[in-house]
Amino acid sequence: MEWGPIILTLKLAAATTAILFVLAVPLAYWLSRTTSRIKPVVEALVSMPLVLPPTVLGFYMLLAFSPQNAFGDWLDKWLGIQLVFSFAGLVLASVLYSLPFMVHPIQSGLSSLPNTLSEASYTLGKSKWTTLRKVLLPNIRPSLLTGIVLSFAHTMGEFGVVLMIGGNIPGKTRVASIAIYDEVEALNYGAANGYSLILLALSFITLLVVYLINGGYLKRFTV
Amino acid sequence: MIELNVHKTLQSAQGSMELHVELTVEKGQFITLYGESGAGKTSTLRMLSGLMPPDKGSITVNGTVWFDRERKTNLNPRHRNIGYVFQDYALFPNMTVSQNLEFALDRKQDKTVVEDLIATMELQQLRHRKPGTLSGGQKQRVALARALVRQPGVLLLDEPLSALDSAMRQKLQQYILEAHKKYGLTTILISHDIGEIIKLSDKVYEMQNGKIVRQGAPPDMFGLGKTSAKFRFTGEVIRIQKEDVVYVVTIRIGNDAVKVIADQSEVSHLQPGDKVAVASKAFNPVIQKI
Repeated sequence: MEWGPIILTLKLAAATTAILFVLAVPLAYWLSRTTSRIKPVVEALVSMPLVLPPTVLGFYMLLAFSPQNAFGDWLDKWLGIQLVFSFAGLVLASVLYSLPFMVHPIQSGLSSLPNTLSEASYTLGKSKWTTLRKVLLPNIRPSLLTGIVLSFAHTMGEFGVVLMIGGNIPGKTRVASIAIYDEVEALNYGAANGYSLILLALSFITLLVVYLINGGYLKRFTV
Repeated sequence: MIELNVHKTLQSAQGSMELHVELTVEKGQFITLYGESGAGKTSTLRMLSGLMPPDKGSITVNGTVWFDRERKTNLNPRHRNIGYVFQDYALFPNMTVSQNLEFALDRKQDKTVVEDLIATMELQQLRHRKPGTLSGGQKQRVALARALVRQPGVLLLDEPLSALDSAMRQKLQQYILEAHKKYGLTTILISHDIGEIIKLSDKVYEMQNGKIVRQGAPPDMFGLGKTSAKFRFTGEVIRIQKEDVVYVVTIRIGNDAVKVIADQSEVSHLQPGDKVAVASKAFNPVIQKI
């Protein structure tokens, strides 16, 4: 067993979670406020990865980003970005795949706050951005934590999307879940067991931390 | 001076309602909007503060146009010079009392105003507490102080005292009145409490189904000027019971329930929930110290 796939998995999960957080906060804010007619469509799209087989998502991304296709070709020629079989491609796929795990907790957290909190802030001369940053987000810390940890854990556990778009290139796209599959195929049950145990422990610990903090057992870390 | 003339179609549980409010409030005046729930009082305050856009009309405050449908002007709430005290206080749970007040400061504003308000509202003991640990009356004082940090010209109070007991109400009415005078505010209050209205306001507007139906000085509005009564109180009918040939009407006045004998012609137009005045002319009331 090597540590490379584990480290790559953690890097992927960290990068994905960071990007998702930046994307999901404005998206969740918009969803919690809007009365637009396209809201159900956006909500359905955000939730799609929950029900769609990861291989479907991976398959279409593979097609879209392949240099044989117009979009992939354009990315490659004009921006020098190759998303197929690369770490950047994995991050992009993981962001889409884990989107609902970040958006849903933040959206429900924001929706649960009384409207008068933001209205009070507006009447006190504050902008929407200041209100979001100083009033709304600090008051939904448990939801933010849930979103971050679930996205991280979910990205660690993904397999189908990674396999389709990333393949199995050591040091680049060979994450732990792929390594397990690979070792089992090669009948290296010992190595597969090593990776599996580490993933099992990591998943358990991250989830345990969420429940400990949000359950108020570690009060000094919360509001 | 506030000149407000707004129209809005509101959707409520009883169907849609046409709200049309036209009122002028002089600078430094203290006025009250009075009326049943759902009459459009809160919506009026929300339109004045910019939290709800009117369908048409205009709002001008001290010569500045805040809203004008024709001219497509709609000033953002943050640029309207108002202090708004919400019914549920709307204190920020993540901040202490001091931080709640400091949050309201404008970028270049001097911090002394916060200290001044903490002293005026007697919040020194509470300044490092979070809102979650405060009682209703304490929260209300913080909300009032916070609304005054930006030294607004207009103070809007949406039933600020309705959740408090009567002793606390008395005290907070005093705070409100002091702030109104000290900071030279133009204040609009929403209240159901007749005693409170008479104590605080210069003028009262009664709203019904989205319209102002009556207006005047509080004592005239609630019938205090009509009889030369020796003593009189306002209260609410709780119960009407027939006993032999007379009726016994139980009326809540403040925290007390009193029973008054009435005949059929007097009770025929009364029902529980009505606001009434109880007065006596012929006898001198006896005053006893308790």
